[in-house]
Amino acid sequence: MNEKRRDVLKAISGAGIFGALISAGIVTPAMVYAADERKIFAAKTLDEAFAALGTPKPAESADITITAPDIAENGAVVPVGVASKIAKTEQVAILVEKNPNMVAATFTFGENTLPDLQTRIKMGQTSDVLAVVKADGKFYMARKEVKVTLGGCGG
Amino acid sequence: MAGPMRIRAAEKDGIVEVRVLMSHPMETGQRKDSSGNPIPAHHISALTAKHNDKVVLTAEMSGSVSTNPYLAFKFKGGAKGDKVSVSWVDNKGESRTDEVQIS
Repeated sequence: MNEKRRDVLKAISGAGIFGALISAGIVTPAMVYAADERKIFAAKTLDEAFAALGTPKPAESADITITAPDIAENGAVVPVGVASKIAKTEQVAILVEKNPNMVAATFTFGENTLPDLQTRIKMGQTSDVLAVVKADGKFYMARKEVKVTLGGCGG
Repeated sequence: MAGPMRIRAAEKDGIVEVRVLMSHPMETGQRKDSSGNPIPAHHISALTAKHNDKVVLTAEMSGSVSTNPYLAFKFKGGAKGDKVSVSWVDNKGESRTDEVQIS
């Protein structure tokens, strides 16, 4: 089982392949669940998250812009945008420092895709939001504090 | 079962802006129901966006992405009438693909 899981983890480095595996019936739903225990999403500290991304603590860069409200009234829906001016930006990860699992999502760009995206995330409490950018094999990051008046992860 | 995605793809000055609104509960697995039992995690785990048959964006998500996830991104090289498709798969193995033409 463990051997198999490793293969699956390797395979999902291309998310498209992942879908193909499911439609082909190679990956059963139970294995999909196992695959989501991906190291990166299990990270509970910044150091673990950086390690899962494959970098020591990245240098802060002024070329990364995080667009998020200073105060979010509803932590369940916090609009966050990340734009990078760093050449050859290939990947962006959005982290919330004080969420139980820090990494909210990672995005990998095709060659014609602009490193400029918006999404919405949950925040349990007031925290720094971090954007970790991988460009030309190197990592950079930026952070912005978002104050949350009503948490998004409560029961 | 998850409903259809709402996708908009608009071309302006050679840049296509794609906006996607998915329909998904995005349960984190950390919440409890009224009788105190944990609600199992149920969230989109991977997403792929394609322009015609070329991948323009892939994403991996956790339950920390908001319910009914929204995603907006831009890519170059698209023309009006081209196809943009978005597929996701969740941690229970459900999946969905929707596509639109660039306007």
